[in-house]
Amino acid sequence: MSEDALTKAEDPISEDVQLEKKTPLQQVVFITKDKFGDVIGEVLEKLGETSIFVKRESIVDVCRFLRDEEKFLFNLLSDIAGVDLGIEADPRFEVNYHLTSLPKRMLIRLKVRVSEEDCNVPTVVEVWPTANWLEREVFDLLGVRFEGHPDLRKILTPDDLEGHPLRKDFPLRGY
Amino acid sequence: MSKVLEYSPTKAFEQQVRENAIDSNVTVSMGPQHPSTHGVLRLEVVLDGETVVSATPDIGYLHTGMEKIMETKKYQQNITITDRMDYLNPMGNNLGYVMCVEKLLDIVDDIPPRAQVIRVMLVELQRIASHMVWLGTHALDIGAMSMFFYCFREREKILNIFEAICGGRMTVSFFRVGGLPYDIPDFVPGMIKEFCDNFPAALKEYDTLLTGNKIYQGRARGVGIITAENAIAWGVTGPSLRGSGHDFDIRRYFPYCGYETYDFDVPVEKDCDVFARYMVRMRELKESHKIVLQTLDRLKPGPVKADTPKICLPDREVMLKQMDALIHHFLLAGLGFKVPPGEAYHAIEGSKGEYGVYIISDGSEHPYRVHVRGPSFVNLQALPIMAKGEMIADTVAIIGSLDIVLGEIDR
Repeated sequence: MSEDALTKAEDPISEDVQLEKKTPLQQVVFITKDKFGDVIGEVLEKLGETSIFVKRESIVDVCRFLRDEEKFLFNLLSDIAGVDLGIEADPRFEVNYHLTSLPKRMLIRLKVRVSEEDCNVPTVVEVWPTANWLEREVFDLLGVRFEGHPDLRKILTPDDLEGHPLRKDFPLRGY
Repeated sequence: MSKVLEYSPTKAFEQQVRENAIDSNVTVSMGPQHPSTHGVLRLEVVLDGETVVSATPDIGYLHTGMEKIMETKKYQQNITITDRMDYLNPMGNNLGYVMCVEKLLDIVDDIPPRAQVIRVMLVELQRIASHMVWLGTHALDIGAMSMFFYCFREREKILNIFEAICGGRMTVSFFRVGGLPYDIPDFVPGMIKEFCDNFPAALKEYDTLLTGNKIYQGRARGVGIITAENAIAWGVTGPSLRGSGHDFDIRRYFPYCGYETYDFDVPVEKDCDVFARYMVRMRELKESHKIVLQTLDRLKPGPVKADTPKICLPDREVMLKQMDALIHHFLLAGLGFKVPPGEAYHAIEGSKGEYGVYIISDGSEHPYRVHVRGPSFVNLQALPIMAKGEMIADTVAIIGSLDIVLGEIDR
Protein backbone atom coordinates (compact mmCIF):
# COMPACT_ATOMS: atom_id res chain seq x y z
CA MET A 1 0.00 0.00 0.00
CA SER A 2 1.36 3.43 -0.87
CA GLU A 3 1.76 6.20 1.68
CA ASP A 4 -1.12 8.21 0.23
CA ALA A 5 -3.56 5.36 0.61
CA LEU A 6 -2.54 4.85 4.22
CA THR A 7 -3.19 8.45 5.19
CA LYS A 8 -6.50 8.33 3.37
CA ALA A 9 -7.59 5.23 5.26
CA GLU A 10 -6.89 6.88 8.60
CA ASP A 11 -8.68 10.07 7.69
CA PRO A 12 -12.04 9.97 9.51
CA ILE A 13 -13.60 12.67 7.34
CA SER A 14 -13.29 10.81 4.05
CA GLU A 15 -16.77 9.43 3.37
CA ASP A 16 -15.72 6.89 0.79
CA VAL A 17 -13.49 5.12 3.24
CA GLN A 18 -16.15 5.25 5.92
CA LEU A 19 -18.51 3.65 3.48
CA GLU A 20 -16.11 0.84 2.71
CA LYS A 21 -15.85 -0.08 6.38
CA LYS A 22 -19.59 -0.65 6.68
CA THR A 23 -21.43 -3.87 5.95
CA PRO A 24 -23.48 -3.88 2.73
CA LEU A 25 -26.71 -3.23 4.65
CA GLN A 26 -25.18 -0.32 6.55
CA GLN A 27 -24.08 1.07 3.19
CA VAL A 28 -27.67 0.86 1.98
CA VAL A 29 -28.85 2.82 5.00
CA PHE A 30 -26.03 5.34 4.67
CA ILE A 31 -26.59 6.01 0.97
CA THR A 32 -30.37 6.14 1.31
CA LYS A 33 -30.12 8.58 4.22
CA ASP A 34 -27.70 10.67 2.24
CA LYS A 35 -30.08 10.81 -0.69
CA PHE A 36 -33.40 11.35 1.11
CA GLY A 37 -32.45 13.09 4.35
CA ASP A 38 -35.36 13.74 6.69
CA VAL A 39 -37.65 11.28 4.97
CA ILE A 40 -35.72 8.43 6.56
CA GLY A 41 -36.52 8.13 10.23
CA GLU A 42 -35.16 5.77 12.83
CA VAL A 43 -33.04 2.81 11.73
CA LEU A 44 -33.24 -0.40 13.76
CA GLU A 45 -30.57 -3.07 13.62
CA LYS A 46 -31.65 -6.06 15.65
CA LEU A 47 -31.24 -9.83 15.31
CA GLY A 48 -29.25 -9.31 12.13
CA GLU A 49 -32.12 -7.51 10.42
CA THR A 50 -32.24 -3.88 9.40
CA SER A 51 -35.45 -1.89 9.49
CA ILE A 52 -35.84 1.64 8.19
CA PHE A 53 -38.73 3.92 9.08
CA VAL A 54 -39.84 5.87 6.04
CA LYS A 55 -42.26 8.77 5.88
CA ARG A 56 -45.45 7.77 4.14
CA GLU A 57 -45.31 10.40 1.40
CA SER A 58 -41.99 9.21 0.02
CA ILE A 59 -42.34 5.42 0.29
CA VAL A 60 -42.73 5.07 -3.48
CA ASP A 61 -39.63 7.16 -4.19
CA VAL A 62 -37.56 5.27 -1.62
CA CYS A 63 -38.74 1.91 -3.00
CA ARG A 64 -37.95 2.92 -6.56
CA PHE A 65 -34.52 4.15 -5.51
CA LEU A 66 -33.75 0.92 -3.65
CA ARG A 67 -34.86 -1.13 -6.65
CA ASP A 68 -32.95 0.80 -9.30
CA GLU A 69 -29.74 1.88 -7.52
CA GLU A 70 -26.98 -0.29 -8.90
CA LYS A 71 -25.39 -0.89 -5.52
CA PHE A 72 -28.50 -2.52 -4.01
CA LEU A 73 -30.95 -3.72 -6.70
CA PHE A 74 -33.73 -4.80 -4.35
CA ASN A 75 -35.67 -6.35 -7.20
CA LEU A 76 -37.90 -8.76 -5.26
CA LEU A 77 -40.64 -7.56 -2.94
CA SER A 78 -40.94 -10.59 -0.68
CA ASP A 79 -43.75 -9.54 1.56
CA ILE A 80 -45.98 -6.76 2.82
CA ALA A 81 -47.21 -7.24 6.36
CA GLY A 82 -49.63 -4.91 8.05
CA VAL A 83 -49.66 -4.58 11.83
CA ASP A 84 -52.19 -3.09 14.23
CA LEU A 85 -50.05 -1.56 16.96
CA GLY A 86 -52.93 -1.40 19.43
CA ILE A 87 -56.28 0.37 19.78
CA GLU A 88 -54.77 3.17 21.86
CA ALA A 89 -51.59 3.56 19.86
CA ASP A 90 -51.02 6.53 17.63
CA PRO A 91 -50.01 6.03 14.85
CA ARG A 92 -52.05 2.86 14.98
CA PHE A 93 -51.03 0.99 11.86
CA GLU A 94 -47.70 -0.09 10.52
CA VAL A 95 -46.98 -1.50 7.08
CA ASN A 96 -43.78 -3.54 6.71
CA TYR A 97 -42.16 -4.07 3.32
CA HIS A 98 -39.66 -6.91 3.13
CA LEU A 99 -37.33 -6.38 0.20
CA THR A 100 -34.86 -8.92 -1.14
CA SER A 101 -31.96 -8.11 -3.38
CA LEU A 102 -31.27 -11.17 -5.49
CA PRO A 103 -28.04 -9.87 -7.12
CA LYS A 104 -26.52 -8.69 -3.80
CA ARG A 105 -28.12 -11.32 -1.56
CA MET A 106 -29.47 -9.13 1.20
CA LEU A 107 -32.74 -8.36 2.93
CA ILE A 108 -34.10 -5.11 4.28
CA ARG A 109 -37.33 -4.00 5.91
CA LEU A 110 -39.08 -0.69 5.34
CA LYS A 111 -41.66 0.53 7.81
CA VAL A 112 -44.42 3.05 7.29
CA ARG A 113 -46.69 4.16 10.12
CA VAL A 114 -50.08 5.74 9.67
CA SER A 115 -52.73 6.91 12.10
CA GLU A 116 -56.25 5.49 12.25
CA GLU A 117 -57.98 8.68 11.09
CA ASP A 118 -55.89 8.91 7.96
CA CYS A 119 -54.78 5.38 7.15
CA ASN A 120 -53.67 5.90 3.58
CA VAL A 121 -50.41 4.69 2.13
CA PRO A 122 -49.30 5.33 -1.47
CA THR A 123 -49.24 2.10 -3.42
CA VAL A 124 -45.99 0.56 -4.67
CA VAL A 125 -47.69 -1.41 -7.45
CA GLU A 126 -45.84 0.68 -10.02
CA VAL A 127 -42.54 -0.40 -8.54
CA TRP A 128 -43.33 -4.08 -8.05
CA PRO A 129 -46.55 -5.45 -9.60
CA THR A 130 -46.56 -8.19 -6.96
CA ALA A 131 -47.61 -5.56 -4.42
CA ASN A 132 -51.09 -5.76 -5.92
CA TRP A 133 -52.38 -8.74 -3.95
CA LEU A 134 -50.15 -8.15 -0.95
CA GLU A 135 -51.64 -4.67 -0.53
CA ARG A 136 -55.14 -5.97 -1.11
CA GLU A 137 -54.56 -8.43 1.72
CA VAL A 138 -53.47 -5.65 4.09
CA PHE A 139 -56.46 -3.57 3.04
CA ASP A 140 -58.84 -6.47 3.58
CA LEU A 141 -57.54 -7.64 6.94
CA LEU A 142 -56.49 -4.32 8.49
CA GLY A 143 -58.34 -1.61 6.62
CA VAL A 144 -55.28 0.35 5.52
CA ARG A 145 -56.09 1.98 2.19
CA PHE A 146 -53.52 2.15 -0.58
CA GLU A 147 -53.77 5.32 -2.62
CA GLY A 148 -53.56 4.81 -6.36
CA HIS A 149 -54.00 1.05 -6.18
CA PRO A 150 -55.51 -0.15 -9.48
CA ASP A 151 -57.86 -2.73 -7.97
CA LEU A 152 -58.37 -2.23 -4.25
CA ARG A 153 -60.99 -4.86 -3.42
CA LYS A 154 -61.41 -7.39 -0.62
CA ILE A 155 -59.40 -10.51 -1.32
CA LEU A 156 -59.73 -13.07 1.48
CA THR A 157 -62.83 -12.31 3.53
CA PRO A 158 -66.39 -12.65 2.19
CA ASP A 159 -67.96 -9.61 0.57
CA ASP A 160 -70.62 -9.27 3.26
CA LEU A 161 -68.19 -9.25 6.18
CA GLU A 162 -67.96 -5.85 7.81
CA GLY A 163 -64.82 -4.83 9.61
CA HIS A 164 -61.23 -5.91 9.35
CA PRO A 165 -60.40 -9.16 11.18
CA LEU A 166 -56.78 -8.49 12.07
CA ARG A 167 -57.55 -5.29 13.94
CA LYS A 168 -57.12 -5.81 17.65
CA ASP A 169 -60.68 -4.69 18.40
CA PHE A 170 -62.20 -7.32 16.10
CA PRO A 171 -63.60 -10.13 18.27
CA LEU A 172 -62.07 -13.56 17.89
CA ARG A 173 -65.36 -15.39 18.43
CA GLY A 174 -69.05 -14.61 18.43
CA TYR A 175 -69.01 -12.76 15.16
CA MET B 1 -53.05 -18.64 -31.38
CA SER B 2 -55.02 -15.67 -32.70
CA LYS B 3 -52.62 -15.32 -35.60
CA VAL B 4 -54.32 -18.21 -37.38
CA LEU B 5 -57.30 -15.99 -38.03
CA GLU B 6 -55.27 -13.15 -39.52
CA TYR B 7 -56.65 -11.75 -42.75
CA SER B 8 -56.80 -8.32 -44.34
CA PRO B 9 -60.36 -7.21 -45.02
CA THR B 10 -61.18 -4.26 -47.19
CA LYS B 11 -61.96 -1.00 -45.42
CA ALA B 12 -65.63 -1.11 -46.27
CA PHE B 13 -65.95 -4.62 -44.93
CA GLU B 14 -64.12 -3.65 -41.78
CA GLN B 15 -66.48 -0.73 -41.29
CA GLN B 16 -69.45 -3.02 -41.76
CA VAL B 17 -68.14 -5.50 -39.24
CA ARG B 18 -67.43 -2.77 -36.71
CA GLU B 19 -70.91 -1.34 -36.93
CA ASN B 20 -72.68 -4.64 -36.58
CA ALA B 21 -70.21 -6.21 -34.22
CA ILE B 22 -71.51 -7.74 -31.07
CA ASP B 23 -69.12 -8.43 -28.25
CA SER B 24 -68.00 -11.95 -28.98
CA ASN B 25 -66.27 -12.39 -25.61
CA VAL B 26 -67.78 -14.87 -23.23
CA THR B 27 -67.16 -14.85 -19.49
CA VAL B 28 -66.85 -18.25 -17.90
CA SER B 29 -66.61 -18.95 -14.20
CA MET B 30 -64.15 -21.78 -13.70
CA GLY B 31 -64.43 -23.28 -10.25
CA PRO B 32 -64.60 -23.16 -7.26
CA GLN B 33 -65.71 -26.78 -7.63
CA HIS B 34 -63.52 -27.65 -10.56
CA PRO B 35 -61.21 -30.65 -10.28
CA SER B 36 -58.29 -28.99 -12.04
CA THR B 37 -58.19 -25.91 -9.82
CA HIS B 38 -56.58 -27.90 -6.97
CA GLY B 39 -59.02 -26.88 -4.30
CA VAL B 40 -61.44 -24.01 -4.13
CA LEU B 41 -60.00 -21.56 -6.62
CA ARG B 42 -62.38 -19.68 -8.87
CA LEU B 43 -61.18 -18.21 -12.12
CA GLU B 44 -63.20 -15.65 -13.98
CA VAL B 45 -62.09 -16.29 -17.52
CA VAL B 46 -63.04 -14.01 -20.41
CA LEU B 47 -62.88 -16.00 -23.63
CA ASP B 48 -62.75 -15.06 -27.26
CA GLY B 49 -63.58 -18.35 -28.86
CA GLU B 50 -61.23 -20.68 -27.04
CA THR B 51 -58.57 -18.04 -26.41
CA VAL B 52 -58.22 -16.54 -22.97
CA VAL B 53 -58.56 -12.75 -23.07
CA SER B 54 -58.17 -12.35 -19.34
CA ALA B 55 -58.23 -14.60 -16.30
CA THR B 56 -58.96 -13.20 -12.86
CA PRO B 57 -58.41 -15.47 -9.87
CA ASP B 58 -60.96 -15.20 -7.09
CA ILE B 59 -59.71 -16.58 -3.79
CA GLY B 60 -60.73 -16.60 -0.16
CA TYR B 61 -63.11 -19.56 -0.07
CA LEU B 62 -60.91 -21.33 2.50
CA HIS B 63 -60.10 -18.31 4.64
CA THR B 64 -60.11 -19.38 8.27
CA GLY B 65 -58.27 -16.50 9.88
CA MET B 66 -55.21 -18.50 10.87
CA GLU B 67 -53.11 -15.39 11.46
CA LYS B 68 -55.75 -14.07 13.84
CA ILE B 69 -55.95 -17.39 15.69
CA MET B 70 -52.18 -17.47 16.04
CA GLU B 71 -52.25 -14.19 17.95
CA THR B 72 -54.27 -15.83 20.72
CA LYS B 73 -52.34 -19.11 21.03
CA LYS B 74 -49.01 -19.71 22.68
CA TYR B 75 -45.88 -19.96 20.59
CA GLN B 76 -45.64 -23.75 20.75
CA GLN B 77 -49.36 -24.22 20.04
CA ASN B 78 -49.07 -22.36 16.75
CA ILE B 79 -46.90 -25.10 15.25
CA THR B 80 -50.02 -27.17 14.71
CA ILE B 81 -51.68 -24.31 12.84
CA THR B 82 -48.80 -23.99 10.38
CA ASP B 83 -49.36 -27.64 9.40
CA ARG B 84 -52.74 -26.74 8.04
CA MET B 85 -51.58 -23.91 5.80
CA ASP B 86 -49.73 -25.68 3.04
CA TYR B 87 -50.98 -29.16 3.84
CA LEU B 88 -48.67 -30.75 1.29
CA ASN B 89 -45.58 -29.28 2.92
CA PRO B 90 -46.24 -29.35 6.69
CA MET B 91 -42.62 -30.08 7.67
CA GLY B 92 -41.43 -27.05 5.75
CA ASN B 93 -44.06 -24.82 7.35
CA ASN B 94 -43.10 -26.08 10.81
CA LEU B 95 -39.47 -25.34 10.07
CA GLY B 96 -40.13 -21.80 8.85
CA TYR B 97 -42.19 -21.00 11.91
CA VAL B 98 -39.94 -22.53 14.57
CA MET B 99 -36.82 -21.00 13.01
CA CYS B 100 -38.44 -17.58 13.14
CA VAL B 101 -39.24 -18.03 16.85
CA GLU B 102 -35.70 -19.31 17.42
CA LYS B 103 -34.39 -16.18 15.76
CA LEU B 104 -36.44 -14.04 18.15
CA LEU B 105 -35.17 -16.06 21.12
CA ASP B 106 -31.65 -15.85 19.70
CA ILE B 107 -31.01 -19.59 20.03
CA VAL B 108 -30.45 -20.34 16.34
CA ASP B 109 -26.86 -21.41 17.00
CA ASP B 110 -27.80 -23.60 19.95
CA ILE B 111 -29.75 -26.18 17.94
CA PRO B 112 -27.79 -29.45 18.23
CA PRO B 113 -26.33 -30.92 15.02
CA ARG B 114 -28.43 -34.07 15.16
CA ALA B 115 -31.63 -32.01 15.27
CA GLN B 116 -30.40 -29.95 12.31
CA VAL B 117 -29.65 -33.06 10.27
CA ILE B 118 -33.03 -34.64 11.04
CA ARG B 119 -34.75 -31.37 10.16
CA VAL B 120 -33.04 -31.24 6.78
CA MET B 121 -33.79 -34.92 6.17
CA LEU B 122 -37.50 -34.60 6.92
CA VAL B 123 -37.90 -31.34 5.02
CA GLU B 124 -36.30 -32.86 1.93
CA LEU B 125 -38.48 -35.97 2.22
CA GLN B 126 -41.44 -33.66 2.48
CA ARG B 127 -40.30 -31.83 -0.65
CA ILE B 128 -40.29 -35.14 -2.50
CA ALA B 129 -43.79 -35.97 -1.17
CA SER B 130 -45.07 -32.54 -2.15
CA HIS B 131 -43.61 -32.80 -5.64
CA MET B 132 -45.17 -36.26 -5.95
CA VAL B 133 -48.64 -34.81 -5.39
CA TRP B 134 -47.86 -32.00 -7.83
CA LEU B 135 -46.64 -34.45 -10.48
CA GLY B 136 -49.64 -36.76 -10.06
CA THR B 137 -52.26 -34.02 -10.17
CA HIS B 138 -50.55 -32.04 -12.91
CA ALA B 139 -50.43 -35.13 -15.12
CA LEU B 140 -54.02 -35.94 -14.19
CA ASP B 141 -55.15 -32.47 -15.27
CA ILE B 142 -53.52 -32.98 -18.63
CA GLY B 143 -55.04 -36.41 -19.06
CA ALA B 144 -52.28 -38.83 -18.11
CA MET B 145 -54.16 -40.68 -15.45
CA SER B 146 -51.77 -43.50 -14.61
CA MET B 147 -49.12 -41.05 -13.33
CA PHE B 148 -51.37 -40.26 -10.42
CA PHE B 149 -51.26 -43.82 -9.07
CA TYR B 150 -47.51 -44.21 -9.48
CA CYS B 151 -46.86 -40.90 -7.74
CA PHE B 152 -49.13 -41.59 -4.81
CA ARG B 153 -47.41 -44.95 -4.34
CA GLU B 154 -44.10 -43.18 -3.58
CA ARG B 155 -45.78 -40.50 -1.51
CA GLU B 156 -47.44 -43.17 0.58
CA LYS B 157 -44.02 -44.54 1.53
CA ILE B 158 -42.91 -41.13 2.76
CA LEU B 159 -46.12 -40.61 4.71
CA ASN B 160 -45.55 -44.03 6.32
CA ILE B 161 -42.12 -42.84 7.42
CA PHE B 162 -43.68 -39.72 8.94
CA GLU B 163 -46.30 -41.84 10.65
CA ALA B 164 -43.59 -44.01 12.17
CA ILE B 165 -41.79 -40.90 13.45
CA CYS B 166 -44.58 -38.83 14.92
CA GLY B 167 -47.92 -40.57 14.40
CA GLY B 168 -49.24 -37.99 11.99
CA ARG B 169 -49.22 -38.40 8.24
CA MET B 170 -50.18 -35.00 6.93
CA THR B 171 -50.38 -32.86 10.05
CA VAL B 172 -47.04 -33.80 11.51
CA SER B 173 -46.20 -30.91 13.93
CA PHE B 174 -42.85 -32.57 14.54
CA PHE B 175 -40.50 -29.61 14.94
CA ARG B 176 -40.31 -27.68 18.19
CA VAL B 177 -38.76 -24.40 19.13
CA GLY B 178 -35.26 -25.45 20.16
CA GLY B 179 -35.04 -28.71 18.24
CA LEU B 180 -37.29 -31.76 18.06
CA PRO B 181 -39.75 -33.11 20.65
CA TYR B 182 -37.96 -36.48 20.78
CA ASP B 183 -35.48 -38.50 18.79
CA ILE B 184 -36.64 -40.46 15.76
CA PRO B 185 -37.15 -44.22 16.35
CA ASP B 186 -34.15 -46.48 15.62
CA PHE B 187 -35.74 -48.25 12.66
CA VAL B 188 -36.62 -45.06 10.78
CA PRO B 189 -33.21 -44.51 9.11
CA GLY B 190 -33.61 -48.03 7.72
CA MET B 191 -37.01 -47.15 6.29
CA ILE B 192 -35.60 -44.01 4.72
CA LYS B 193 -32.67 -45.94 3.29
CA GLU B 194 -35.05 -48.44 1.74
CA PHE B 195 -37.11 -45.63 0.25
CA CYS B 196 -33.99 -43.97 -1.14
CA ASP B 197 -32.85 -47.24 -2.70
CA ASN B 198 -36.10 -47.64 -4.60
CA PHE B 199 -36.66 -44.02 -5.50
CA PRO B 200 -34.33 -43.72 -8.55
CA ALA B 201 -36.21 -46.58 -10.20
CA ALA B 202 -39.50 -44.80 -9.57
CA LEU B 203 -38.09 -41.59 -11.02
CA LYS B 204 -37.10 -43.50 -14.12
CA GLU B 205 -40.67 -44.75 -14.42
CA TYR B 206 -41.98 -41.19 -14.30
CA ASP B 207 -39.51 -40.16 -16.95
CA THR B 208 -40.61 -42.92 -19.30
CA LEU B 209 -44.27 -42.19 -18.63
CA LEU B 210 -44.28 -38.45 -19.05
CA THR B 211 -41.04 -36.64 -19.86
CA GLY B 212 -40.56 -38.12 -23.30
CA ASN B 213 -44.27 -38.36 -23.95
CA LYS B 214 -45.11 -36.57 -27.24
CA ILE B 215 -48.63 -35.70 -26.12
CA TYR B 216 -47.41 -34.22 -22.86
CA GLN B 217 -44.69 -32.24 -24.62
CA GLY B 218 -47.24 -30.92 -27.07
CA ARG B 219 -49.36 -29.69 -24.19
CA ALA B 220 -46.49 -28.26 -22.15
CA ARG B 221 -43.92 -26.77 -24.50
CA GLY B 222 -44.31 -23.08 -25.32
CA VAL B 223 -47.31 -22.69 -23.02
CA GLY B 224 -47.60 -20.23 -20.14
CA ILE B 225 -44.49 -18.23 -20.79
CA ILE B 226 -43.16 -15.77 -18.21
CA THR B 227 -39.71 -14.21 -18.43
CA ALA B 228 -37.37 -14.10 -15.45
CA GLU B 229 -37.66 -10.29 -15.09
CA ASN B 230 -41.43 -10.51 -15.16
CA ALA B 231 -41.44 -13.41 -12.74
CA ILE B 232 -39.30 -11.52 -10.21
CA ALA B 233 -41.41 -8.38 -10.60
CA TRP B 234 -44.50 -10.48 -9.88
CA GLY B 235 -42.78 -12.09 -6.88
CA VAL B 236 -42.71 -15.60 -8.31
CA THR B 237 -40.23 -17.78 -6.38
CA GLY B 238 -39.27 -21.41 -6.08
CA PRO B 239 -39.32 -23.92 -8.95
CA SER B 240 -41.63 -21.64 -10.94
CA LEU B 241 -38.96 -18.92 -11.00
CA ARG B 242 -36.16 -21.39 -11.67
CA GLY B 243 -38.12 -22.58 -14.70
CA SER B 244 -37.66 -19.06 -16.05
CA GLY B 245 -33.89 -19.20 -15.84
CA HIS B 246 -33.12 -17.53 -12.50
CA ASP B 247 -31.30 -19.59 -9.89
CA PHE B 248 -32.85 -18.03 -6.77
CA ASP B 249 -33.00 -20.73 -4.13
CA ILE B 250 -33.00 -19.67 -0.48
CA ARG B 251 -31.04 -22.79 0.46
CA ARG B 252 -28.19 -21.26 -1.56
CA TYR B 253 -28.78 -17.53 -1.23
CA PHE B 254 -29.48 -17.38 2.51
CA PRO B 255 -28.51 -20.82 3.86
CA TYR B 256 -30.17 -22.12 7.01
CA CYS B 257 -29.99 -25.43 8.91
CA GLY B 258 -26.52 -26.04 7.49
CA TYR B 259 -27.63 -26.32 3.85
CA GLU B 260 -24.36 -24.68 2.80
CA THR B 261 -22.54 -27.87 3.82
CA TYR B 262 -24.62 -30.20 1.64
CA ASP B 263 -23.68 -31.06 -1.89
CA PHE B 264 -26.58 -30.41 -4.25
CA ASP B 265 -27.33 -28.52 -7.44
CA VAL B 266 -30.01 -25.95 -8.05
CA PRO B 267 -31.75 -27.00 -11.28
CA VAL B 268 -32.46 -24.15 -13.66
CA GLU B 269 -34.27 -24.29 -17.01
CA LYS B 270 -34.35 -21.46 -19.51
CA ASP B 271 -37.51 -22.07 -21.54
CA CYS B 272 -39.89 -20.19 -19.19
CA ASP B 273 -42.81 -22.48 -20.11
CA VAL B 274 -44.81 -25.24 -18.43
CA PHE B 275 -42.34 -27.87 -19.57
CA ALA B 276 -39.39 -25.95 -18.07
CA ARG B 277 -41.14 -25.75 -14.71
CA TYR B 278 -41.91 -29.46 -15.00
CA MET B 279 -38.27 -30.28 -15.71
CA VAL B 280 -37.04 -28.15 -12.79
CA ARG B 281 -39.22 -30.07 -10.36
CA MET B 282 -38.25 -33.43 -11.84
CA ARG B 283 -34.59 -32.57 -11.44
CA GLU B 284 -35.22 -31.23 -7.95
CA LEU B 285 -36.53 -34.62 -6.95
CA LYS B 286 -33.10 -36.06 -7.74
CA GLU B 287 -31.36 -33.33 -5.74
CA SER B 288 -33.63 -33.85 -2.72
CA HIS B 289 -32.91 -37.57 -2.93
CA LYS B 290 -29.20 -36.74 -2.92
CA ILE B 291 -29.56 -34.55 0.17
CA VAL B 292 -31.54 -37.21 2.05
CA LEU B 293 -28.77 -39.73 1.38
CA GLN B 294 -26.19 -37.28 2.72
CA THR B 295 -28.21 -36.68 5.89
CA LEU B 296 -28.36 -40.44 6.51
CA ASP B 297 -24.54 -40.50 6.55
CA ARG B 298 -24.40 -37.57 8.93
CA LEU B 299 -26.77 -38.99 11.56
CA LYS B 300 -24.59 -39.16 14.67
CA PRO B 301 -25.94 -39.90 18.14
CA GLY B 302 -26.53 -36.83 20.24
CA PRO B 303 -29.17 -34.62 21.79
CA VAL B 304 -32.05 -33.35 19.68
CA LYS B 305 -32.99 -30.41 21.91
CA ALA B 306 -31.14 -27.23 22.65
CA ASP B 307 -29.90 -26.92 26.21
CA THR B 308 -32.59 -24.40 27.10
CA PRO B 309 -34.79 -25.90 29.85
CA LYS B 310 -37.04 -22.83 29.90
CA ILE B 311 -37.98 -23.32 26.25
CA CYS B 312 -37.78 -27.05 25.47
CA LEU B 313 -39.93 -29.57 27.30
CA PRO B 314 -37.80 -32.05 29.29
CA ASP B 315 -37.67 -35.71 28.30
CA ARG B 316 -40.34 -37.85 29.90
CA GLU B 317 -37.95 -40.05 31.94
CA VAL B 318 -36.04 -37.04 33.23
CA MET B 319 -39.25 -35.28 34.12
CA LEU B 320 -40.41 -38.25 36.23
CA LYS B 321 -37.19 -38.31 38.26
CA GLN B 322 -35.98 -34.73 38.62
CA MET B 323 -37.73 -31.99 40.51
CA ASP B 324 -36.55 -29.02 38.44
CA ALA B 325 -37.44 -30.80 35.20
CA LEU B 326 -40.93 -31.40 36.59
CA ILE B 327 -41.29 -27.73 37.45
CA HIS B 328 -40.13 -26.68 33.99
CA HIS B 329 -42.51 -29.14 32.40
CA PHE B 330 -45.39 -27.81 34.46
CA LEU B 331 -44.64 -24.20 33.65
CA LEU B 332 -44.00 -24.81 29.95
CA ALA B 333 -47.14 -26.87 29.43
CA GLY B 334 -49.29 -24.56 31.47
CA LEU B 335 -47.96 -21.10 30.75
CA GLY B 336 -45.64 -21.42 27.79
CA PHE B 337 -42.40 -19.51 27.38
CA LYS B 338 -41.89 -15.80 26.99
CA VAL B 339 -40.18 -14.37 23.94
CA PRO B 340 -38.25 -11.09 24.21
CA PRO B 341 -39.87 -8.16 22.41
CA GLY B 342 -38.79 -7.69 18.84
CA GLU B 343 -39.55 -8.71 15.33
CA ALA B 344 -38.07 -11.21 12.91
CA TYR B 345 -38.63 -12.36 9.37
CA HIS B 346 -37.35 -15.76 8.39
CA ALA B 347 -37.71 -17.29 4.97
CA ILE B 348 -37.05 -20.88 3.97
CA GLU B 349 -37.22 -22.61 0.62
CA GLY B 350 -40.53 -24.44 0.80
CA SER B 351 -41.50 -26.92 -1.86
CA LYS B 352 -43.33 -24.15 -3.74
CA GLY B 353 -41.11 -21.16 -3.15
CA GLU B 354 -40.14 -18.66 -0.50
CA TYR B 355 -42.07 -19.48 2.65
CA GLY B 356 -41.55 -16.52 4.96
CA VAL B 357 -42.77 -16.02 8.50
CA TYR B 358 -42.82 -12.61 10.12
CA ILE B 359 -43.41 -12.53 13.87
CA ILE B 360 -43.73 -9.56 16.17
CA SER B 361 -43.33 -10.29 19.85
CA ASP B 362 -44.43 -8.00 22.68
CA GLY B 363 -42.64 -10.01 25.35
CA SER B 364 -45.52 -12.29 26.33
CA GLU B 365 -46.25 -15.98 25.68
CA HIS B 366 -48.38 -15.15 22.66
CA PRO B 367 -47.08 -13.68 19.44
CA TYR B 368 -48.37 -10.15 18.92
CA ARG B 369 -48.64 -10.63 15.19
CA VAL B 370 -47.77 -13.47 12.83
CA HIS B 371 -47.71 -12.95 9.11
CA VAL B 372 -47.05 -15.72 6.65
CA ARG B 373 -45.75 -15.11 3.18
CA GLY B 374 -47.19 -18.06 1.31
CA PRO B 375 -45.43 -18.88 -1.95
CA SER B 376 -48.66 -20.14 -3.53
CA PHE B 377 -50.42 -16.85 -2.76
CA VAL B 378 -47.81 -14.80 -4.55
CA ASN B 379 -47.19 -17.25 -7.38
CA LEU B 380 -50.88 -17.46 -8.24
CA GLN B 381 -50.87 -13.73 -8.84
CA ALA B 382 -48.78 -14.29 -11.96
CA LEU B 383 -51.37 -16.64 -13.47
CA PRO B 384 -53.21 -13.92 -15.49
CA ILE B 385 -49.91 -12.96 -17.16
CA MET B 386 -49.16 -16.54 -18.12
CA ALA B 387 -52.68 -17.46 -19.20
CA LYS B 388 -53.35 -14.41 -21.37
CA GLY B 389 -53.56 -15.38 -25.03
CA GLU B 390 -53.46 -19.12 -24.36
CA MET B 391 -56.20 -21.66 -24.96
CA ILE B 392 -58.62 -22.37 -22.14
CA ALA B 393 -57.39 -25.96 -21.91
CA ASP B 394 -53.86 -24.66 -21.39
CA THR B 395 -54.97 -22.65 -18.34
CA VAL B 396 -55.34 -25.97 -16.58
CA ALA B 397 -51.79 -26.94 -17.49
CA ILE B 398 -50.50 -23.55 -16.28
CA ILE B 399 -52.27 -23.80 -12.92
CA GLY B 400 -50.77 -27.26 -12.56
CA SER B 401 -47.28 -26.00 -13.38
CA LEU B 402 -47.51 -23.30 -10.69
CA ASP B 403 -48.18 -25.94 -8.02
CA ILE B 404 -50.57 -24.02 -5.79
CA VAL B 405 -52.21 -25.10 -2.56
CA LEU B 406 -55.34 -23.22 -1.62
CA GLY B 407 -54.92 -23.85 2.09
CA GLU B 408 -51.90 -21.60 2.03
CA ILE B 409 -53.35 -19.00 -0.32
CA ASP B 410 -56.43 -18.37 1.78
CA ARG B 411 -54.92 -19.13 5.21
